[in-house]
Amino acid sequence: MPATAIYSEPVLRRVEVTAPRVEVARPSAAEATATETGEIKIATEHVSISYGERVAVRDVSLNVQARSILALIGPSGSGKSTFLRCFNRMNDLIPGASVQGEVRLDGENVMDPDVSVVELRRRVGMVFQRPNPFPMSIYENVAYGPRRRGQNDKRKLDELVETSLKRAALWDEVKDDLRRKSGLALSGGQQQRLCIARVLATDPEVILMDEPASALDPVSTLRIEELMRELREAYTIVIVTHNMQQAARVSDVTAFFTMAEDRAGYLVEVGPTGRIFTRPNERLTEDYISGRFG
Amino acid sequence: MAQLTSALPASGLRARPGLLARIDLPRRVVFAAASSMILIVALLMVFITWQGIQLFIADHVPVGQILAPTWQPDATNGPTSFGILPFIAGTVFVTGVALLISTPLSVGLALFLSEVAPRWARAIVQPALEIFVGIPSVVWGWLGITILVPFLADTFHKKIAISLPVVGQVFSMPGFLTGFSWLAGSLVLSIMILPTITSVSYDAFRAVPQELRTGSLALGTTRWQTIRHLLIPSALSGVLTAVVLGMTRAAGEALAVQMVIGNSPSMPAAITQPVTTLTSQITLDMGNTVFGEPWQDALWTMSLVLLIISITSVVLVRALNKRRMGS
Amino acid sequence: MTATTGRVAGGPLGPKPSLRRKTSRGSLLADRAATVVLWGTGVFVLALLGAIIVHFAAAAWGVVSPSFVLSDPSDTGLGGIGPLLWNSIYMLALTMLIAIPVGILGGIYMSEYAGENPITSAIRFAEESISSVPSIVVGLFGLILFVDNFKWGFTVLGGALALTLFNLPLMTRLSEQALRAVPQEERTASLALGATKWQTIRHVVLPLAIPGLITGVILTAGRVFGEAAVLLFTAGLGTPPHYDFTNFKTFSLTDTNTAWWHSSPWSPLRPGTTLSVYIYKLQSEGLGVYVNQIVDGCAAILISMVLIFNLGARLLGRILTRRLTAA
Repeated sequence: MPATAIYSEPVLRRVEVTAPRVEVARPSAAEATATETGEIKIATEHVSISYGERVAVRDVSLNVQARSILALIGPSGSGKSTFLRCFNRMNDLIPGASVQGEVRLDGENVMDPDVSVVELRRRVGMVFQRPNPFPMSIYENVAYGPRRRGQNDKRKLDELVETSLKRAALWDEVKDDLRRKSGLALSGGQQQRLCIARVLATDPEVILMDEPASALDPVSTLRIEELMRELREAYTIVIVTHNMQQAARVSDVTAFFTMAEDRAGYLVEVGPTGRIFTRPNERLTEDYISGRFG
Repeated sequence: MAQLTSALPASGLRARPGLLARIDLPRRVVFAAASSMILIVALLMVFITWQGIQLFIADHVPVGQILAPTWQPDATNGPTSFGILPFIAGTVFVTGVALLISTPLSVGLALFLSEVAPRWARAIVQPALEIFVGIPSVVWGWLGITILVPFLADTFHKKIAISLPVVGQVFSMPGFLTGFSWLAGSLVLSIMILPTITSVSYDAFRAVPQELRTGSLALGTTRWQTIRHLLIPSALSGVLTAVVLGMTRAAGEALAVQMVIGNSPSMPAAITQPVTTLTSQITLDMGNTVFGEPWQDALWTMSLVLLIISITSVVLVRALNKRRMGS
Repeated sequence: MTATTGRVAGGPLGPKPSLRRKTSRGSLLADRAATVVLWGTGVFVLALLGAIIVHFAAAAWGVVSPSFVLSDPSDTGLGGIGPLLWNSIYMLALTMLIAIPVGILGGIYMSEYAGENPITSAIRFAEESISSVPSIVVGLFGLILFVDNFKWGFTVLGGALALTLFNLPLMTRLSEQALRAVPQEERTASLALGATKWQTIRHVVLPLAIPGLITGVILTAGRVFGEAAVLLFTAGLGTPPHYDFTNFKTFSLTDTNTAWWHSSPWSPLRPGTTLSVYIYKLQSEGLGVYVNQIVDGCAAILISMVLIFNLGARLLGRILTRRLTAA
């Protein structure tokens, strides 16, 4: 049984070696903020997730720094998406799924029975693999979350829709037919940015992204990555990705997951992205990265 | 459309179809079976239309007269008047109230089955609905006569009034005298169309992609908010289709309604009073009239009206479906 | 990118709301209420069905007995419903004899042959139209065609044909669905082995679709068994005479005196009141001391047939699927 790697390096941002073969661009101001505060946004402790009899994720403990991007990488079936979904308790929707351990958001365990999942999901937003805009106008898509929170003031909604779309770098492309055009009429990349805008409008602190660019073309992918780096200044982002270049390009910290013999996913190691991609501690990580990356 | 058969010599790939293959008998037979429905509909429309217009061409009743509110078909009782407006109004009102009762219940049930019910509950309720579909209309009518009608008569026989100014004036009405009434007809119909509306709207809700539900829930909305603000708007044209189909079934139902409605050929006045519908009147009078007399011709005209209603609803449902496919 | 820094509202460093339940907005309360209401619809439907079954079980207690089921109706006593039950079964058999082959063949065309062309959409339109035409109008069509034009009078055959017309779309649609459920690979595999299209349908698709086809047949049969409005003006609503089951004189080309045909229960060219029609007849005439008991007994028998048809379709479908997939 492989030992569970627990991320224990106290400082995240001091990456001695900037990944040589990968272009890693990071806004330096944000880098400093994250380094100095070192505030932990999410902490998981001994999280195991199972579907009925089958264990999907075993005993994962890691921390996510506020206003940083954590990338979860690993082969298919290593449980990284499942793990991501326990941050906003989307696993609750799957019959037979059960989660053990603790997931703390700002110190509060989100698994507690008296926690409101509705409140939790407002603070921990999520963007999915396939863009899923609602079959309504662009405006209504973005206003959907705020409206459900009781925001009916037209002026405030207009403002919120505009800011959210601007932050999601979609405003200029859609501002002329916000109310006429259906969210479904946009291109794939635009749809995904609309979904991000929709999440931003609900005012979250954390944004979970489950392979947000895997269904998109390269140009749209780059735009999403650019956007993530911008958002990182204000939000904590956790992204699951199959694309290691993407992880290297956008993330501050990378966590590598793989499968044990019994097909249960577990965390091999977690560390600053630069180090994980250049000098991983674990052989498994190195094999995985060089196998697909070298 | 050349077809190779193993009987061909190995010399070439070109098919040399025999007579049978060229005729392609199976294709013709199955086509004949399927297209027989076109023939049936065509014949039905021609015959019903022909009979339905006899009132105007053979009996020289002016077309406008059928919109009169007076039904006096019996020539032995003085001058006749073939106003079928009371029946049309009866059909519309009885069906309307049935839809008002049934739609929320059925759509709620569809939502229960598609969004709320765990698997075991669905496994009980769905077969139960299929049994509802199978219960014959005469049995519904009989239940209406033996249970619903006496219940209405016993419980609400007094004048029903709401003690509010103005509104009370509008809503005060005589009590149920016998129980045979507009409301009894609507209640029986609302149960009869419940499986139709439920199953069609259930399909509409299931057709909404799962990602939209997760997308909405991930934004921190409750299940009810997701249903109310995402699912119902997304499935709206499907739910409308369900309501139109339920309406068609309600307007065309004959025996169960006739058994409980009281059959009074006057304009509907209050929900507690006996009324009549197109189907009820046809059922009642067809056996008592002679072929070719104006009275019976008026009944044929009424069945033509029913035919027009049902064909219109087919066209309406098609339009709704097309809109759904389009969006 | 300073233009986009700063959060939309609040802020990550602002006051952090607790994750504990906050019911202040009422949205959680609304969600609870909706869940309760939606569960309520499911419970309501089950309770209603349960109450109906219990009601008829209680009403039939002491009425339905072997002698009630088998003997002739009586003017003075409780009597029985034997001939009516026989007519229902005979009518069902005759209807299904025509509807099953035509419906399945039509289903084959719609599933295996029909392309996207005007004829296919005309067939679909016809299918939907017949489904939505009121049963009473279909009965009237039978009245003009079989009773009047063909001069058959009220006959079992006329009733069965009218029922066939009415149920053909259902049978066709259910067959089409059963055939469409057969995976495309099965067809491809057979065609790749050099089988013709018809051989593929006959030996591969049809056998695989049998469970679905049987379910379709049973569901259609259930609807045919309970139908009354179609038969009112095609098969008649008189009280049948005593049937002598040893009398096989059903048809003769030489003997023009048709009177004796009518006494043979095997003859399709005689009037045949069915159980459902009998319920309608009894309740509308309302004569006799035992009317309520007899109608309750008939209704109980119809409801049990509905239950048997439904459970039978389910069970048989399941058994056949298991056997087919295991083989």
